[in-house]
Amino acid sequence: MPNFKDLFEQYSWDKVKTSVYSKSAQDVERALANPDRNLEDFKALISPAAMPYLEQMAQLSHQLTLQRFGNTMQLFAPMYLSNECQNICTYCGFSLDNKIKRKTLNDIEIAREVQAIKSMGFDHVLLVTGEANQTVGVDYLAHAIQRIRPHFANVSMEVQPLDQEDYERLIPTGLHAVLVYQETYHEADYKKHHPKGKKSNFQYRLETPDRLGRAGIHKMGLGTLIGLEDWRVDSFFTALHLDYLERTYWQTKYSLSFPRLRPFSGGLEPKVAMSDKELVQLICAYRLLNQEVELSLSTRETNLFRNHAIKLGITTMSAGSKTNPGGYAVEPQSLEQFEISDERSPAAIQEMLRAQGYEPVWKDWDVALETNV
Amino acid sequence: MEHLTIAGKTFKSRLFTGTGKFKSNQDMKEALEASESELVTVALKRVDIKDQNDQILHHLSHERIHLLPNTSGVRNAKEAVFAAELAREALETNWVKLEIHPDPKYLMPDPIETLKATEELAKKGFIVMPYIHADPVLCKRLEEAGTSAVMPLGSPIGSNKGLKTIDFLEIIIEQANVPVVVDAGIGAPSDAAKAMELGADACLVNTAIAVSQNPTQMAIAFKMAIQAGRMAYEAKLAKPIANAVASSPLTAFLDA
Repeated sequence: MPNFKDLFEQYSWDKVKTSVYSKSAQDVERALANPDRNLEDFKALISPAAMPYLEQMAQLSHQLTLQRFGNTMQLFAPMYLSNECQNICTYCGFSLDNKIKRKTLNDIEIAREVQAIKSMGFDHVLLVTGEANQTVGVDYLAHAIQRIRPHFANVSMEVQPLDQEDYERLIPTGLHAVLVYQETYHEADYKKHHPKGKKSNFQYRLETPDRLGRAGIHKMGLGTLIGLEDWRVDSFFTALHLDYLERTYWQTKYSLSFPRLRPFSGGLEPKVAMSDKELVQLICAYRLLNQEVELSLSTRETNLFRNHAIKLGITTMSAGSKTNPGGYAVEPQSLEQFEISDERSPAAIQEMLRAQGYEPVWKDWDVALETNV
Repeated sequence: MEHLTIAGKTFKSRLFTGTGKFKSNQDMKEALEASESELVTVALKRVDIKDQNDQILHHLSHERIHLLPNTSGVRNAKEAVFAAELAREALETNWVKLEIHPDPKYLMPDPIETLKATEELAKKGFIVMPYIHADPVLCKRLEEAGTSAVMPLGSPIGSNKGLKTIDFLEIIIEQANVPVVVDAGIGAPSDAAKAMELGADACLVNTAIAVSQNPTQMAIAFKMAIQAGRMAYEAKLAKPIANAVASSPLTAFLDA
């Protein structure tokens, strides 16, 4: 049975770091000139040596994205079902040791949130929870998806990692995609940031995409939490993971996200700050490595950055996001997982996209394409 | 120029078009009108077939345009048949562009599932137009299965790489008993003209029009190229040959 862990164990964090930081201008130029860029080229493109080539990378990224995705931008909204969590994570507002009021939406509240999200025009929704298997386990998720699925063309999920049979149970209910971020591929630091709870199991999380792939998920999203560790090294491992997954689970589609640590209640200062320039570098590097992968940008980023990111390689955006359970209609004042930065309404995002010559895509999937729902 | 007939329906235009990647529905509408295309493919995943006011469908409502729903997104024959039946019911058309590409990276068509789905859909009365590799044997098998046309690729979808499969397209065209529509990879009007010169019955173009700086002008360019290519084909292009053929033969005096 294929498993990314076997490949991952062949790599050393420190050696990868040395390799990335030793890339030269010539390596970057070679990577830019190579039409079939590989992971070595990617190292060059995320290295400090690539910074002087940022505009060239951006132009190339724009061209590649335009060719593959056209003048379109997919829009989705996150819908937080619960902030209950049994994990202690140093960077998250839902952490068990954070004394906040806990809430899990019931059926009536789910219906109200659905109505609020639909009224903003969304047809794709991302369901989010903390990790509390007793209250927000697979039974709750299956029930929630069954209630939510009829209202949306596409339902994705960002919850705790599950077993393969759990995914096999949820996919037929209409679950289209699962996002699961490794947070960091630095195993020792991972354990520091996740000292308690099921999430502290680095290996189980690392193997989640394999379980998803074997379960036959349509799409999965990867990423790391930028700020926990050296983003360049973490991004290399993300690219390595993506490359492995594409070869192994070739029928699955992939997306990448680049969440940067944002302020939250009881917050942690980023260990490694990433500048806007560096985020642009990373977005472009991913696109130059992989023309087909969806690149997603959340409302964590500022209006200004998101306005410009559209032409840098981004293909998917959230808009009007609330990061608290019931945040759209039920309980707008409950505590957020993190503070969003771009607070514009979906209508305002739509206008901004149109002004830049992009068609907002609210719907890019259909129940007609699923025989099992 | 001869008209094209597929499954009893006659088309004046041999340019078929797609609807993805345009920067707005209005841009799409203007480009498609300028193209004079009569067969326009639309992805089921992008439209709400239950919504009478769907914006994409609304912009495509033109008496000249015949909609060709495509099944992009399905991964096997079972899903494709299910999608085609829903589309038939909602859009009131038994035409379907069969797209089964389980590989979301390069969107390579699955020949086995495509043949299976074609057999089943043809039995159910669909006008099936399958997107396939430029595989001459598969084309013959699809004919036997009841396909109404074949749509072999010129190169990977959206790649603009042109006719990388030209040697196989020539065989397919030579052997075909159903219309051959070259679909995917056509990046320039010259690619489309070349396909038509070979004897293809039509070309389907989307990306090259939609992502150009001026989609309307590009649509017109493709329209003209396809007309030129077809006219050249009908006028019987002189074939290139290896040996010189003098216009004044040296031995002509012997027949005098």
